[in-house]
Amino acid sequence: MMANILSQPFSWLNLLWMVLIAVAVMGVVLVFVMYAIYFERKIIGWMQLRKGPNRVGPYGLFQTVADVLKLLIKEDVVPAKVDRFLFLIAPVIAYTPAFAIIAVLPYSEKLYFADVNVGLLYYGALSSITISGILLGGWASNNKYSIMGGMRSVAQMISYEVPLIMSFLGIVLMTGSLNLIDIVKAQQESGVWFIFPQFLGFIIFLIAGNAELNRTPFDLPEAENELVAGYFVEYSGFRFAFFMLTEYVYMFAMASLMTVLFLGGWDAPFGLTFIPGIVWFILKFLLLVFYLFWARSTFPRVKTDQLMGFAWKVLIPLALLNVMGTAVIKSLFF
Amino acid sequence: MLLNVGPQHPSTHGVFRLVVKVDGEKITDAIPVIGYLHRGTEKLAENLTYTQIIPYTDRLDYLSSMTNNYALVQAVETLMGIEVPERAEYLRVIVMELNRIASHLVWWGTNLLDLGAISPFLFAFRDREIIVNMLNEISGARLTFNYMRVGGVKWDAPEGWIEKVRKFVPYMREKIKEYHTLVTGNEIFLARVKDIGVYDAETAINYGLSGPVLRGSNVKYDIRKNQPYSVYDRFEFDVPVGEKGDVYDRYMVRMEEMVQSLRIIEQAVEQFPESGEIQGKVPRVLRAPEGEVYTRMESSKGELGVYLVSKGKDKPYRLKLRRPSFVNLQLLPKLLIGRTMADVPAILGAIDIVLGEVDA
Repeated sequence: MMANILSQPFSWLNLLWMVLIAVAVMGVVLVFVMYAIYFERKIIGWMQLRKGPNRVGPYGLFQTVADVLKLLIKEDVVPAKVDRFLFLIAPVIAYTPAFAIIAVLPYSEKLYFADVNVGLLYYGALSSITISGILLGGWASNNKYSIMGGMRSVAQMISYEVPLIMSFLGIVLMTGSLNLIDIVKAQQESGVWFIFPQFLGFIIFLIAGNAELNRTPFDLPEAENELVAGYFVEYSGFRFAFFMLTEYVYMFAMASLMTVLFLGGWDAPFGLTFIPGIVWFILKFLLLVFYLFWARSTFPRVKTDQLMGFAWKVLIPLALLNVMGTAVIKSLFF
Repeated sequence: MLLNVGPQHPSTHGVFRLVVKVDGEKITDAIPVIGYLHRGTEKLAENLTYTQIIPYTDRLDYLSSMTNNYALVQAVETLMGIEVPERAEYLRVIVMELNRIASHLVWWGTNLLDLGAISPFLFAFRDREIIVNMLNEISGARLTFNYMRVGGVKWDAPEGWIEKVRKFVPYMREKIKEYHTLVTGNEIFLARVKDIGVYDAETAINYGLSGPVLRGSNVKYDIRKNQPYSVYDRFEFDVPVGEKGDVYDRYMVRMEEMVQSLRIIEQAVEQFPESGEIQGKVPRVLRAPEGEVYTRMESSKGELGVYLVSKGKDKPYRLKLRRPSFVNLQLLPKLLIGRTMADVPAILGAIDIVLGEVDA
């Protein structure tokens, strides 16, 4: 539907539709974020032999709603010596691209918003804008811990952006397209998901993606035990919520992207096509989200130098190897 | 850049302040500032009778109150020449070793939390809870156990308590294996702790370190073996030592110490006298004869020494505590300079300080 609107000439009715659809998507993403936080707490709770939220609403289902309400009605504290303008705008800069990248993700054959030819490129380009938001937040706070968190974040996200992008170049070579819908269709036609021929790429993406999300074991920008809370030390109330939201929206986007690139998107395995594609998409997506939760409850955190070393000395050479290998195989056998 | 780590920092294990100079992430200078929890225990003791001092010792190393209790009563008993009944000594050993495991569990959990791993912390507290419940049953407290008395212990073990301890030993052994599976083999963990905070045996001895912090540097010194007190000479156990004295070695030493404590508890429960007194013959008002005494014991943090001077009154003339955390902490600046910020919690956590004991 959105694709039709985008291809039609501009009219006020179309604009209204665009806004309505955007609001609806935002609603879906926010509900996902709310329940992702709930499930994260539940799943990690089970792994750590405790119960997790179980008081607000049935089975604690309204816990996150209560948390969000609490954050919204909190006093908006802006410390005295911060760079006020940057301090206020940093969470917005961090959040906006996170939401914008959702536009290019296809959820099923019919459910997508923009059929962009350079979808992958768009994803890579936009997601790096968030770094500025985090750095600004850390710097504008006028706090030594937060500036360290901000600096770490920049170093980490720039370093891991490289292997992340390189890890799906193999797929781009195989399909000859940067369009996410074409990539899923290529997997459907060949009957093989790219996780198998591009296994190395998948592993690199999994690790680099986790690092991009700033989640354990790569949660250095907010390392509580070293930096108290990192780049958002001074943020409270809904500005803090914006940073949290950014993180979880990226989780949504990253898991969706991984599903599309490596797990065949909405493609049904074993010919089980009577189950709608969106169900398959959600299942694969949830599996990846579960992996992220699982990793968080299992691993200790790495150090900055180890993190950098791992990106530049291990992941990037491996990603290069993957790209070259794919190119050689493709030119020799296909 | 000057950075104040603490006194309100999640990883300083209490109200500890560390002023560090950093160049980027690298530490160029580190100055520990202590005293935020100082209560003047040693001075207060001069105005208290010997029995009244005991609760103050609970609050030194509040994670290991039983051993602290013992340190004081041992000094008074030595000074006054009081005989302690066998059953009381066995009870003391059992509760002290249980408390040592509980203390090491808190270290294990918090040290890993310092490294960014959350689950071990909760795993440790799950098992510590069992010990705390058992100690609660016997002493009536959950943290500041106040169980030892001059000449014996306050209460006898409740019905079925010894049986509970007996059952706990195999349970805990399994759990320690689980800890190793969860953490010890983890690549990230090893990368964070190997070759970090290294010091050799000579440095350790020169700085007067004791406990696991000393043994991690391959010095086989454990007061329970070298100068046995209570009934420790009746048990078979090993003193684990590390090789090169890095954070990993101190980690392994403490993990192994928990296993050895379980061995001691197992034997103590086997040899536990069926019946007998739990309190020796002690005068109503304790008046230590004129003189002085220094006694030492192995607490979970190291050598806990009590130097007691008496002028023949019912109160000590002078009490000096040799607190292992305080002594062990001295080495910190030396270990930190040249390392990165991320190593601060790892190194500090591996020293395993309790600020109640550092400040006293």
